[in-house]
Amino acid sequence: MSTLDAPSTVVTLDRVARTTRDVNAVLQAAADGHRFRIAGPAGEHALAAGLTARIDVEVDGHAGYYCAGMNQRASVRVRGNVGVGVAENMMSGRVEVAGDAGQSAAATAHGGLLVVRGSAAARCAISLKGADVVIAGSVGHASAFMAQKGRVLVLGDAGDGLGDSIYEARLYVRGDVAGLGADCVEKPMADDHRAEVGALLAEAGLTGVDASAIRRYGSARALYHWSTS
Amino acid sequence: MSGMSATFDAATIAEIQRAADEGIYAIRGAGAKRRVPHFDDLLFLGASMSRYPLEGYREACGTDVVLGARHAREPVVLDIPVTIAGMSFGALSAPAKEALGRGASLVGTSTTTGDGGMTAEEREASDKLVYQYLPSRYGMNPDDLRRADAIEVVVGQGAKPGGGGMLLGQKLSERVAAMRDLPVGIDQRSACRHPDWTGPDDLAIKLQELREITGWRVPIFVKVGASRPYYDVALAVKAGADVVVLDGMQGGTAATQAVFIENVGIPTLAALPPAVEALKELGVHRGGVQLIVSGGIRTGADVAKAIALGADAVSIGVGALIALGDNSVRWSEEYAAMGTVPGAYDAWHEGRDPAGISTQDPELAARLDPAEGARRIANYLRVLALEAQTIARACGKSHLHNLEPEDLVALTVEAAAMARVPLAGTTWIPGKDTPA
Repeated sequence: MSTLDAPSTVVTLDRVARTTRDVNAVLQAAADGHRFRIAGPAGEHALAAGLTARIDVEVDGHAGYYCAGMNQRASVRVRGNVGVGVAENMMSGRVEVAGDAGQSAAATAHGGLLVVRGSAAARCAISLKGADVVIAGSVGHASAFMAQKGRVLVLGDAGDGLGDSIYEARLYVRGDVAGLGADCVEKPMADDHRAEVGALLAEAGLTGVDASAIRRYGSARALYHWSTS
Repeated sequence: MSGMSATFDAATIAEIQRAADEGIYAIRGAGAKRRVPHFDDLLFLGASMSRYPLEGYREACGTDVVLGARHAREPVVLDIPVTIAGMSFGALSAPAKEALGRGASLVGTSTTTGDGGMTAEEREASDKLVYQYLPSRYGMNPDDLRRADAIEVVVGQGAKPGGGGMLLGQKLSERVAAMRDLPVGIDQRSACRHPDWTGPDDLAIKLQELREITGWRVPIFVKVGASRPYYDVALAVKAGADVVVLDGMQGGTAATQAVFIENVGIPTLAALPPAVEALKELGVHRGGVQLIVSGGIRTGADVAKAIALGADAVSIGVGALIALGDNSVRWSEEYAAMGTVPGAYDAWHEGRDPAGISTQDPELAARLDPAEGARRIANYLRVLALEAQTIARACGKSHLHNLEPEDLVALTVEAAAMARVPLAGTTWIPGKDTPA
């Protein structure tokens, strides 16, 4: 649950009056517990990238590429859409996008949680290394490509090539999957998987979701060793 | 011998029969082994009537180089223009990585991480450590990024432009696997393209993000495998690189398909002049964006020739491993047991290296003493610098960077055309003034 419900304590950083460098420098130097609002983000790139403290940041509008890139511990909420690579290589913390996300959302993310209320484009969770990713809408092609660890929950549809060359990441999709990539197979849903989905939904703050149609996908582990077959 | 074919020679026949036996392509380490035009095909002219030499031992001849002052607040300052190329912990043992770092530090130069992340030992051992940012992002950690003295965005490498790395299961030990977030013992494939950017326009934004995360403190290198160097270097500069690293096809790899190593990419000698041409056209050569060249650098003569053709520094990989003891006659019996001989051992992917370098076997790795390895690396680096200085002084240069193409001639028509210097004894530069 975000702690951004007390606006009177929030420090506003006006991206129009300040450079991205100035905005990020303030956020990167902040101590735990501080709250910030970035006004006028105007699609700027690398906003709130490289944060390390347990702070709350609200981006009041659309952000460009690599918003909240490499996030550690911080909670970042975007009241708009984001471009390529939101929360890429996130280590911990939480990033939430009210709108849609561009390509490569949560690429290589090691930890933490990315929630996209809209849809995410191609390569969502590519090379995922341990983070949790919850997409309320759909994801584009080549999502979870080479995903190594972590969990991906998609409530809409998934594009072609889902989970191509996947390692040990766990994928859940409620809608249609246009096609599975190499070595990605459907796996049975057991009680512990249903519980895992429920926990992800709760963590993402998504309530009233009918999870009965959700199906599970993962690695067949047939490409783990070089073979001619 | 009569009847032997030049097309189907003994090596070709052996490879066809191996393929027929095993049904899978050959994988090996090291770079291209085929004969290609190289620095051996160039000669320095030296001083004479029209040039004034410097005394070969005492007179000052500078070797320092500053890398990455274009955007970074803290550029990398090296005492010698020879750096240690990126090689991973995983491909190499922990003692080997430590030895490289300690050896480089002894002579005031840098070393580089590799696919799989930065180890604490490596950071501790290296005064100046370049952190590679690779397509796989194995072990990629923003804390390590901020601990680095420079960041090297790896687009490709000379041994395999367009290919990703591999690390076979016997080397994916528990520690290596944990650093890479992979199951222990699998045959690991590394991604061949970055997951969150495509093309130079995206790369410019990626570099901005990396600078934002590191406070615009350290330089960013962009490494490309030699294939289309004129365009690749120009695009790297346009994207904002502080330093471009250009790796020719002789550059080594820990493990790649042999057919890839020998048939994709171009030689270092052929790649260097077009790269320099791109930097000059953009007005950033020698003073704006530095060029580091790697792939087949073995001697101080190679260092001097690369710099004379316009490089600011060179990187060594295979040469450094040989200095540590790779392919030494000391291990002849063990090489023989593996069906090879010193000089030909390239099964670095198998993890059975008797020299303790390209292995994760604790017993083999323990054969390499990091202190002794560091001494050997430092000695080798010193010799490279001393040899390059010897040549520079003979050409009348008080700094290695004063060497220039005019100091060189070529022994072959091919090398003259590639290096864009005259064939020895003539004024002929093949292709000069020919429209591109």
